[in-house]
Parts: sequence; structure tokens; C-alpha cells
Amino acid sequence: MASVAREWREIPGRYNTVGTKCGACGKIYFPARSLCPKCRRASVGKMERYDISEEGEVYTFSVVHDAPDANMRMKPYAVGMVKTTDGVLLTGQIVDIDPHRIEIGMPVRTVLRKIYEDGESGVIHYGFKFVPKW
Amino acid sequence: MREVAVIGVGMTKFGELWDSSFRDIGLKAGMLAIEDAGLSGDEIDGMFIGNMASGRFIDQHHIGALIADYSGMASNHVPATRVEAGGASGGMAFRQGVMAVASGMHDMVIVGGAEKMTDVDDPSSNAIIDSTADQQWESSMGATMASLHAMIAKRCIHEGMATREEIAAVSVNSHANAVDNPNAQFRRATKIESVIRSSAVAEPLGMFDCAPISDGAAAVVLCPLEDAKKHTDKPVKVAAVSQASDTLALFQRNSILSFAATRVAAERAYARAGISAKDVSVAEVHDNYTISGILAAQDLGLFKKGEAGKAFLEGVTLTGGKMPINTSGGLKAQGHPIGATGVAQIVELTHQMRGTADKRQIAKPRYGLAQNVGGTGSAVTVSILEAI
Amino acid sequence: MVKVGIVSYGAYVPRYRITPEEIGKVWGVDGKGMGRGLYILEKSVPHPDEDVATIATEAARNMLARTSVPADRIGALYVGSESHPYAVKPTATIVATAIGASPRMTAADLEFACKAGTAGIQVSMGLVGSGMAEYAVAIGADTSQGAPGDALEYSASAGGAAYLIGKKDLIAVINKTVSYTTDTPDFWRREGQPYPTHAGRFTGEPAYFRHINAAAKMMMEDVGTQPSDYQYAVFHQPNGKFPTRVAAGLGFTEEQVQTGLLTPRIGNTYSGAVPIGLAAVLDVAKPDDRIFVVAYGSGAGSDAFDITVTDGILEYDRDAAPTVSKLIEDPVYLDYASYAKFKGKIVMQE
Repeated sequence: MASVAREWREIPGRYNTVGTKCGACGKIYFPARSLCPKCRRASVGKMERYDISEEGEVYTFSVVHDAPDANMRMKPYAVGMVKTTDGVLLTGQIVDIDPHRIEIGMPVRTVLRKIYEDGESGVIHYGFKFVPKW
Repeated sequence: MREVAVIGVGMTKFGELWDSSFRDIGLKAGMLAIEDAGLSGDEIDGMFIGNMASGRFIDQHHIGALIADYSGMASNHVPATRVEAGGASGGMAFRQGVMAVASGMHDMVIVGGAEKMTDVDDPSSNAIIDSTADQQWESSMGATMASLHAMIAKRCIHEGMATREEIAAVSVNSHANAVDNPNAQFRRATKIESVIRSSAVAEPLGMFDCAPISDGAAAVVLCPLEDAKKHTDKPVKVAAVSQASDTLALFQRNSILSFAATRVAAERAYARAGISAKDVSVAEVHDNYTISGILAAQDLGLFKKGEAGKAFLEGVTLTGGKMPINTSGGLKAQGHPIGATGVAQIVELTHQMRGTADKRQIAKPRYGLAQNVGGTGSAVTVSILEAI
Repeated sequence: MVKVGIVSYGAYVPRYRITPEEIGKVWGVDGKGMGRGLYILEKSVPHPDEDVATIATEAARNMLARTSVPADRIGALYVGSESHPYAVKPTATIVATAIGASPRMTAADLEFACKAGTAGIQVSMGLVGSGMAEYAVAIGADTSQGAPGDALEYSASAGGAAYLIGKKDLIAVINKTVSYTTDTPDFWRREGQPYPTHAGRFTGEPAYFRHINAAAKMMMEDVGTQPSDYQYAVFHQPNGKFPTRVAAGLGFTEEQVQTGLLTPRIGNTYSGAVPIGLAAVLDVAKPDDRIFVVAYGSGAGSDAFDITVTDGILEYDRDAAPTVSKLIEDPVYLDYASYAKFKGKIVMQE
């Protein structure tokens, strides 16, 4: 099980898909990076917070049957890569829809959901998932 | 830099080896390789061990020392180094061994790869495999290793790069080839329909699209090419060992229809060996999932983009085909004890280059290529062996 | 006195439903008849990955989507619930962080059975009215639990709504709030117990009806109104029957109550019930509409509100988030086995 601190420090990305934008080349990254892999040294001190769009469309997805214990009560569940309106790809579950009705190109938005729990007495970890757009 | 040769190889059977411990299989593969090289063992002056996750599979870290100890190398105080790169651990250990000999730092190196996976239950095993993806932003978000590959497959089908049947054909190819491999986990053929209808793991991929959970070990002995003939009549030259990296998370790539690290590692390897893809006589590729086999065959340049699937489907890649791929049975049918896989590929190619692959022997072997992948193409090694 | 009221609001109801008939099938009960008696046609069920924190967040995000007030000007946030995910560790911090309101603010969880959400509105009014906070958020949300086979299982559901309380750009002024509070144990859940316990018929007359009637009469006396002065009335709705009966007794008509009566279609969302009912009214309200609201929380107490919709509602971007009727228009029905799995009623191996 994950340590409390390890999840805690990722809360901005987990709850709100907070990424970074390189002040040198303008490329957007998720998760946040302290160095632009393209600009490297030129990006030092120039990586700015960037709130990635909450909307996008399904780029690809899979319906997971062989699921980790954390997701036993949701089997089968869908996991997808979503291209946000900023053009950034994110990986997350697609919920509140029959997984077999999901299609590539389907518009989705992010919501906050439980990602996993550290057992009955441990911390509950929240993060983004995708649902069909209103 | 010195040229390097493989002078001995050995491996255990791959599969559910209930009676054998990690120590047992590691030792056995090493002994077989040393015996095959005609050595006593005292000649070895360096060890590299590919192992992905002994810390989680058997609760044992520090397996360099463990293997050195149980193989008797610790009594000579031979340096032993463990190498980890997810699924590419074995291929990377091999590369470290080759570099050690090529540089002149070592004269006789044994490279081993081992994984004991069945001492934990299947969900734990899957969780360990999933941890080779980006744990924070893929695995813990619910993306399993199988589902990440399934997403690649889904997009490939969507873009017309491969059909479901063609993807399934990768499994059929590996199974057909494994029939003739006494060390393989599954020595039985399968059919396209059986693969497609196998129980869903991560749609569109089913059970028969996925490499199994396996125990096993493999080892090879390396020395300078100039000394090789002193030990064996049939040394095999290491024409190239290359390695390339990519983002840890699949979603951060420019494209998921191709592994850039495979393409780049292959380019580097071909340049080093002074050959091109068409010179490759046989290839061992990392078919941990069927779709990976399609990507590998294309990214290595063995087939054009969009044509690998057809080749698998038409049997071009069978042992007797024009471009044999995974004559060992690959990860799918020979088995996939993760750390051992990349080394086992070298074992197979060495047999092919020497002409000692028995019923799996291909005609006129010249160059054999091995591609070993960590994660979803985050680390790739490409090695080329040359028959001399 | 300074005018304090509603600047924005947002609701959320999980997508899944189960019918009383389906529940009754398992326990050998005429569920359909029971549903008719309670006037509950179906109830909402949270997805396994939903809890009060996620429901409250979704409601609060819908609330923020409708206003230009930046989240960092929220000075206080309260989540009222009887099913907070933690016994100790606030839900409010999760919500405040998820909507970008933290850290320069105060936050806390409230609990008063089914009226913790309206209690939050009162606390927020105090903070905003006194100038301690420019804006405050009050959320009522629950994923209430009914013990398997218990009468509550036919009604206990999930949902919530969030209110941004402030002084400027109001869409509705809260003219007055009064409460009626006594110590009446009609429903409770002891520490460590998974399911609440209720005192059967005692939850009716001495509890629900006495408190709501008292608060309602106090309010109308204090502000000098009578039922016909209101376009809408929202009463706590543990089922569809009680609010209809209490409304009639006070002299309100069915038309006044109908818009804010959601229980027949989503069940009893506990702390979410009155907030969601009021949201459904605000979804359709026009300037100068007057709304009468009385919440009830077991244990027991009632919070009454006298609200007048302002011209601000005309400029207000109601369509920037889904209305309550939009939220509940496309449900997915579960069988009891799936429902039991969703709600964690099936014991699984660790």
C-alpha cells in the first residue's frame, strides 16, 4: 500500500490535473515536471503551473477484466487515454457508462473519484476519472 | 574496444517450477552455461544478473550476492551486479556484460537472468508487473500492464494498422514454434479463434494474447572474440548491443502505435553491426502481449508499418518461414520469467547461429536479433548476434 | 440588517438506481407496495468509487461553474453529512482542495442527521453576515446506509448540493432563518456501527412532524407570512409521503411542494435532501418568487428559511451546470446483487 506522504504530495495532479507548461517552448506536460525534456537547462526556473482542461475525448481505451484488488467491485471497468482540449493525453478510468458503449472520440470530462483505499482503516486516495460529458 | 563472443549458453525449463527455488534455477542456468563453454568456473571474473523484482516476488533484495554465493563465485570474490529494467532486465544485463568484456575490464563474464514469479499469487504477480508502468499516473489509476497494451491494440485496430486476427496471429506463431522447444512452458499449437475467444483480460486482449507467469533462468558466457576459439569450436559474435529509453508513461509519447525506443535501438544496432533489417535471419522479439509482437516486427524494420500483422497471419514468421520470429516460442509460449527473458533470447539466437537449435533450426543463419522491452517501450535493448 | 443570500448553487446525484420492488424481492417484502406507501419509486445508488467527498466536490464544482466568483475568495467551507468517509479527518478539506478554495480559509464537517447541510447554510450566513468571510460554501451530501432488510434500505440514497453564500450578486436573498431544536432520539448511529438505527413510528409525530411544524409556524409568525405568500415550499423528504402530509397540514398546496420534491425519484439523500430540493426550485425560479424551506434532522431539529429570488437570477448562468432534472434524467438500474456489491454489503476476502 502506498505511503500517505507519497500520495499527499501528488494531490494537485490527482484532484485537478495540474500540470506544467514550459516557459521556453510552451509545451504542456502532465504530470507536472520541473524540467522540460525538450529544452532541458533552458527551461530551469521557467516551468509554470498549468491547469489542464477538464474536457477531452477518448483517444483509446480498454475494458479491464483482470483487475487489481482495488477495483474488484467495479469489474469489468474501462480505462482510457483521453486527449484533453489542450492536446494533452491523460490516463484514467472511464466510469458511469457501460464500458461496451464507450467509443474512440467520445467526449468526456474529469470528475473526482476514489482511486483506491489503503484497506478498511487506511487513507482513501482520490483522483480524477472520466465520465461522459453532460 | 574488443569484439565480444558468446561461448556458452544454458537455461532451465520455463514454467511453473514448484520444486525449484530462485537459488536453484539461477544456479542451474549458470552451471549449464559454464559447462557449455567448457569452463571450470574459475575463469569467470565478472557476473551480471538480470532480475526485475526479486524484492517483491521472493522478498529478497541483494540477489547479486545471493547468486554469486550459491554459484560458488563468491568464494573467488567475483564481482556480481544485478541489473533491473522491468521486462528488459535480461537484455540490459547482457549489454552490461558485453560492455564489460569489450572495455577490457573483464575477460570472462557470465550474464544470468532469473525470475521466480510463482511464489506469489496471481494478483500480486500482476501488481508487480503493473509497477513497471508509471505507478503514480498509470497503474494506480487502474491501468494494468495488459490494459496499456490493449489500448495500443485498440488504437492500432482503429487506425487500420492491424486487425484483431492479425494481432492474434502473433500468439499462434509463438505457440506453433514452441512445439519444438523442450524448454518452453507451452508446447502446443493454438488457433486464431482460440486466441480471440480466450477469456477477456483487458479488451480487446484475452488470456491467449498475454505471456504467462513463469519461473525460469538463463545464462550466457562472454569472452573476447579473439580468445573464443580457445574454449569452443562454435563461438558466436556479438555484432551489436544497443539500448534506448523513452518516457515511463505510455500517454506521454508522441505516438503509441510504435515504440520509438525500439526504432532507435534498432538503428543503433544495425549501424554498429554494419547491416540493415533485411540481413536479419531470425529475430526473438518481446511478445509479452500479442500487439507487442506486431509493433516490434515493424519498429525493427523487419516489416513495413501495417504489414507485420499479415506476415504473422500468413506464417511468414514461423520457424520455417521467410522471416522467422520467436523460434523459441517467444515470451508467449516459451514463457516469460521476466528477468530471464532477455537472456533466454540470446540463448535461442546462439543456438540458431551455431546451428544447434535442433528441430527449430533455421536455414542459413547469419544474423540473429533480439529485442527486449521494459514497461510499455520505456526501455528497449536490441542485440545482434552473428554466426562466424 | 445586511442582506445575505445565495450567490450560486450546484447539485449532484449519482447515476445508478434501484427500485423498492427489486429490494423487496430479496427480503420477501411487497417492495412495490412499500414503495407506493412511502411514495418512493426508485432511489439513487453511488458507484463504488463515490462517497460524500466526491459527491460534495461534484456539487461544489457545479456551483462554481455557474459563477465568476473565484474559488480562492471562499473563506469557509462546510460539508454536512451523516456518512462522512472518515470518522476522524474532514471531508471539507478534500472538497476545498478539489475546488481550489484552500488554503486561506476555514473548513469543517458538520453532522446533524439529515439537516447538516442546512446547518452549514446557517453557519455560512453568520460568517458572511458578520464579515468574517466574503464567501462561504455550505454543502449537504450523503451516501446514506440502510441496514439490509431494514425499512431504511428502501429509501436511503446518495446525492448532494452546494451553496455559495455571500452578500453581492445574489440570485436569492435569505430573508430569515429560524431553528427549532430539542433532544429527541428518533434515529441515530453509534460510533463504529455501519448502519443507523431508528425508533420506528416514533420518527413520525414526535420527531419529523413536531419539529417541522414548529419551525414552520415560528418562521411564518416571525416574518408575517402565510403559505399562500410562497410560490414554492421545500420540506425535508425522508420519503415522498411525509413532506406531502406536513405541507398539507401547514396549508401548502401540492403545486407549491412538487418542484422541490425529489425523493420519489432519487430516494432520501439525507443531508442532501433539502439542498437538492431547493436546487430544483432555483433551477426554474423567477425574480420575486418566494421559497419556504424547512429541513429536519433527527435527534432532533428543524431549520426553516424564508427566501426571495432576486433579479440576479436573470443574469445568472444556470445552464453552466446541469439542472437537477438533467442530473436525474438518464439513470442506470441495478439489480440487488449489483447494488449490494456497489454498497459493500457483500463481505469480500481481504
